[in-house]
Amino acid sequence: MISAPDVVAFTREEELEDDLYREPPLPEEYSVPLFPFSGQGANPWAKVAGSKFTRDFILISEFSEQVGPQPLLTIPDDAKVSGTFDLNYFSLRIMSVDYQASFVGHPPGSAYPKLNFVEDSKVVLGDSKEGAFAYVHHLTLYDLEARGFVRPFCMAYISADEHKIMQQFQELSTEFSKASECLKTGNRKAFANELEKKLKDLDYTRTVLHNETEQQKKANDKGYYTTQAIEKANELASVEKSIIEHQDLLRQIRSYPYRKLKDSEFHPYEPECALDRADVGSDQDPTASDPAEPGETHLYTHVPSYTPKLIKAKSAKCFDKKLKTLEELCDVYFFTQTLDQLHHIERTFRGDVCYLLTEQISRALLKQQSVTNFLFEDMSFLEEKPPEKQYRGCQGLGQDAIDEKCLEESLAPKVVISLGSYKSSVECVPIKMEQEMEDSEEPKMSESVMSEHQENLDYLDADIKGSISSGESIEVLGTEKSASGLTKSESQASLPVMPSPQAGRSKVGSRRTVSEDSIEVLSTCPSESLIPEDFKASYPSAINEEPYADDDEGGLRFTPRVNPAVDGDDGQDDASKQESLVQVDAACCIGKESPNFLEPLPELGQKPCEEDGVVRIPPQPYRPAEQGLRGGFPAHDCLSGGLLPYELDSRYLSGSREVSKSSLDECSDSTSYISSAASTCSDRTPSPAQPGGAAGDRHRKRAGQNALRFIRQYPFAHPAIYSLLSGRTLVVLGEDEAMVKRLVTALSIFVPNCGAYAKPVKHWVTSALHLVDFQKWKLIGLQRAVSPAGVNVLHALSRYSRYLSILDADSKTLRCPLYKGTVVARLADHRTQIKRGSTYYMHVQSILTQLCSKAFLFTFCHHLHLPISEREPEESVVNRRMNFLKLQLGLANEDIKIVQYLAELLKLHYIQEPGQGGNPLLRFDYVPSFLYKI
Amino acid sequence: KSSVQTIGEEQIQNPYTELLVLKGHQDIVRFLVQIDDCRFASAGDDGIIFLWNAQTGEKLHELHGHTHKITAIAPFSSSDVTEEETDLIITASADRTVIVWDCTSGRQVQKVSCFHSTVKCLTVLQRLNVWLSGGSDLCVWNRKLDLLCKTTHLTDAGISALVELPKNCVAAAVGKELIIFRLSASNNGSEGWNILEVKRLVDHQDNISSLVSVNDLTFVTGSHIGELIVWDALDWTKQASECNFWDSSVHPDIQPEIKLSQSPHETSVQHLTSDEECVFAAVGKGIYVYNLQMKRVIACQRTAHDSSVLHIEKLPNRQLISCSEDGSVRIWELREKQQLPAEPVPTGFFNMWGFGRANKQASQAAKKMHENTPVYFLELVGDLIGHSSAVQMFLYFGELGLATCSADHLIILWKDGERESSLRSLTLFKKLAQNGDLQLKL
Repeated sequence: MISAPDVVAFTREEELEDDLYREPPLPEEYSVPLFPFSGQGANPWAKVAGSKFTRDFILISEFSEQVGPQPLLTIPDDAKVSGTFDLNYFSLRIMSVDYQASFVGHPPGSAYPKLNFVEDSKVVLGDSKEGAFAYVHHLTLYDLEARGFVRPFCMAYISADEHKIMQQFQELSTEFSKASECLKTGNRKAFANELEKKLKDLDYTRTVLHNETEQQKKANDKGYYTTQAIEKANELASVEKSIIEHQDLLRQIRSYPYRKLKDSEFHPYEPECALDRADVGSDQDPTASDPAEPGETHLYTHVPSYTPKLIKAKSAKCFDKKLKTLEELCDVYFFTQTLDQLHHIERTFRGDVCYLLTEQISRALLKQQSVTNFLFEDMSFLEEKPPEKQYRGCQGLGQDAIDEKCLEESLAPKVVISLGSYKSSVECVPIKMEQEMEDSEEPKMSESVMSEHQENLDYLDADIKGSISSGESIEVLGTEKSASGLTKSESQASLPVMPSPQAGRSKVGSRRTVSEDSIEVLSTCPSESLIPEDFKASYPSAINEEPYADDDEGGLRFTPRVNPAVDGDDGQDDASKQESLVQVDAACCIGKESPNFLEPLPELGQKPCEEDGVVRIPPQPYRPAEQGLRGGFPAHDCLSGGLLPYELDSRYLSGSREVSKSSLDECSDSTSYISSAASTCSDRTPSPAQPGGAAGDRHRKRAGQNALRFIRQYPFAHPAIYSLLSGRTLVVLGEDEAMVKRLVTALSIFVPNCGAYAKPVKHWVTSALHLVDFQKWKLIGLQRAVSPAGVNVLHALSRYSRYLSILDADSKTLRCPLYKGTVVARLADHRTQIKRGSTYYMHVQSILTQLCSKAFLFTFCHHLHLPISEREPEESVVNRRMNFLKLQLGLANEDIKIVQYLAELLKLHYIQEPGQGGNPLLRFDYVPSFLYKI
Repeated sequence: KSSVQTIGEEQIQNPYTELLVLKGHQDIVRFLVQIDDCRFASAGDDGIIFLWNAQTGEKLHELHGHTHKITAIAPFSSSDVTEEETDLIITASADRTVIVWDCTSGRQVQKVSCFHSTVKCLTVLQRLNVWLSGGSDLCVWNRKLDLLCKTTHLTDAGISALVELPKNCVAAAVGKELIIFRLSASNNGSEGWNILEVKRLVDHQDNISSLVSVNDLTFVTGSHIGELIVWDALDWTKQASECNFWDSSVHPDIQPEIKLSQSPHETSVQHLTSDEECVFAAVGKGIYVYNLQMKRVIACQRTAHDSSVLHIEKLPNRQLISCSEDGSVRIWELREKQQLPAEPVPTGFFNMWGFGRANKQASQAAKKMHENTPVYFLELVGDLIGHSSAVQMFLYFGELGLATCSADHLIILWKDGERESSLRSLTLFKKLAQNGDLQLKL
């Protein structure tokens, strides 16, 4: 409700409003010429060089060891969506940029094969030929029959809008990580099962072989062994070795979650519905949710009885054998869970990036308004799992109060943080190198040398280097470590900032010329092997990866002071010693090299308009600005002169927009820069479903439509709405249930919530009302009946008439107090040009938000309610209060009562103890009512 | 068509703009009794006693123990310095028990069940630190619930009202009779008391329905047929009496069409209350103000409510509150109007009359006085509509508001909205300061 609704181009209606929309078409001379390229149903906002698919979709591909990269499935599973888009080709593309250090097998110096628990890698890549951009999430699953026990997979979110991918990277990454975690959890389970079966087979085989050998021994009374016997003995030995190997693998896979728990970043997959898991079996504990549990050891114990098979001695892996499907690899239950999650992702990110961002911003802002948001907001909407970035923003606001005073202090750590991300962005080079020179002790050395060296290198050089060293024309623009901390990822968005926009653009251009291939990796996360402590000794290459973990501390190793020769421990020691120094250094060096690493202040931010005056900047992901207020307060400056809260609001909004104008825009190719709304899908697909469900959306729309109709039909809509806003219960009286309910729905959008529960609206009542009902409900649909009971109903109405406004839907009359204010006129102008229900709904929400902020100001100004000094008489406080309402807030007549009522609700809500329900109280005025007729 | 005065929806002087509904009782709520500044107890036909916070409306305790309806309730706060300060309440029920409750803990302190009949009234003699129970006989108890002494069986109907008089006396209304008892320390025991019947007054023609002490010198009784007698509290003689409130023929200045039916119900003195100057009587549907000095009714509202007035109370600010079987509570103000001798008594506009009326002995003098004394009238300043059934009683809590109880099982707390609003602001800023949110930028 915060964002101005009409700015957003896509407030879509699925079905056209029936009668509102049936207006005569404009005369020819007034009509705007149609978009020249528009074909049937074409989206004028879409990219001209259209992509071959109609809307965003998710693709799962596998790098099959038999046939190479192949697409497995798409979500939505609809051939129309991907259209003529070449999935095979794109699979090849996305599978070719796997940065996972997916080393599995026999490491040198180790007797047994080691499972490598590889972190997923997250890459953004673009294919300008295809007009497709993708967030690609690589993961590996274990398969006993596969080569090296691993099967590389990837999930990709494919969109025609590059910005969408870039802007939503963090969110996509989080959501896909969940899906991946789900798959991997299932896979571990399935793999463990498979191993156990295999072990039983081996055990059985060993017994059989053993018996055979014994028999042969017995049968053989000559003094020497036959070749047959020797063969059997060898076979037995190999089986025994195999058993040990498999046992070791089983131990590894079982101990995985246990080890993972030590990592704070690890979020074990927890199924949402425990009941669904009944079929899976009780043995399937939520993976290591309880650290006290002895790992997963007992998880896979109760395997259904299995008859072991004899294993042929040489069961060589052959090409004609059928590989397991993804479903088989991950257990049906987890597979469907993953699909659900992917469908959820598809739904969440459906639609234009502009819409998504607006939605996220407004939700983030609403979340902040913890004091007032309960009044008119759908609480279920607010309680939803917030998009990660926004959540962080709010947390930041809540946790660290960024006062002007402590701004300086907080600046320094930030710098260090952005240095950290800078470093990680550079380190894409060592990764590539590391892959080339495997398992040597070198990478560590070279890496530290490199990073030392990097300081003096231009950022661009790093880029080019990266692309050259990769051996392919893949350009790595930026990387992101998957194990990114909270603060770090905050700065992540601003990481590839160029020193200046101009420079940045030229660089981008030069980069383009270098690249011949159409694949550009825009961002990637270096993979990170997770090696348990006890394995390190026997797994030297694992140690090489370790510095990554240290990097999380904030790029300390990047300072010139750090000796490249020192090993990890010393380096850290050193670093901690020099921490304060480092911060200063970092600040200096950033000041010289890349001033933009600092978050630009709102004043310094780029203008949101380009030279040609066209707004090209889509709303940016919200991030906390400086004007944070502590304690979860909305960032209103309570007593800041005559600035009205909504003015503050808008400034705040635009401020944050400028602040977060991230360099990603600049990074992108300026030539292919298209207006923000450049998603092909946006017009043809339904607007992004609210995670809360499309039902709420539809309800809002319908309520908006009905409200519009009500305003147009009833000339006395204003006093009726005033009644609702001032807390006087409105009874809609009528015979026809459907009509009454429609009216109630229409009016319900004006009803302030009393608490964090459902709206105080009762759609249909047939019995006589009582005082208690007016406490509970502020809008009631009441049946008019001719029966004696109906007489009672009417009697009760007249008895309690002082608490009620009565809208008679049958005779079209309204009995309620007079309204002479101005707020409702703005809220419900019967000559409004708004035609769409949802637009009107948003219009209402925005005006109600203004009211809320006024109420907030009024409520939380100390002197308006309490005397300044002990001796100040009550009258002067009352005078001050009325003056404030009239002059400062600009309220006239009855509008004052609205704000007072809202303020009262705010007070009650704030005072209320969490556990206590609190008695609902009924406030009323002794004011005369009037009868309105059409 | 009712001749009851109505006030309409605009009530500027009515301070009660906020209400809280207190739910808990499952039957008619008949009694409300104040415990201290912010607590009160309610009791009724469901036999449950609830303790409420008058400020927040919070239910403090729910006292279960009686199996039948509550017939009497009295607070008993100890002023004894030797004992721990405890607030007790005593309740009597139709199950022929009396229970003493501790208001702080909500526990039953003691229970007495040796009664032969239902105890209909309870009186605490704070001065003597004893309490009296009135049923078919009168019993005197001490704090520890020891029976100190009792009278012989008086009547089957039992004592309907008790009032404390000076010199260790109590007046008990037993049917038509008023019996004066005296409490005296017995000679043999240290804690022993004797109770003696001193006098029987038989001036009332019908059952005495209300009994109230005005001051140390006077008390007043009212009966079912509308007699009001003012008694001397020291020698128990009749000082003045007023009857036939209902008899319009006595009043020459009353229009004949407002003649009321003479059914006893219509004229019964339901409740009496008083301040230093006046006695306020709820008679039938009307309210009458009887001036003790002038010995006449100085103001009245013959049909103050649509049906019987059950309870009235005088507020400090010349206001009077009445509640009635019709489910409404009305606020009246006793106003003075200096009447010019020549001007006729204004009638009709508000159905209000100020009239002087003397009793028979001094009718001539009163007529003269009428000429130059101020004329009073009761003006309706507000009404409270909330209950859907008869309002049995109310309790005025001053600033905290007004608690009303009703046959619709509800108790409503009526509050001054302005005051509540500023109180909430105060709480709000306290909480803000507590949470450390009070970092407003100036």
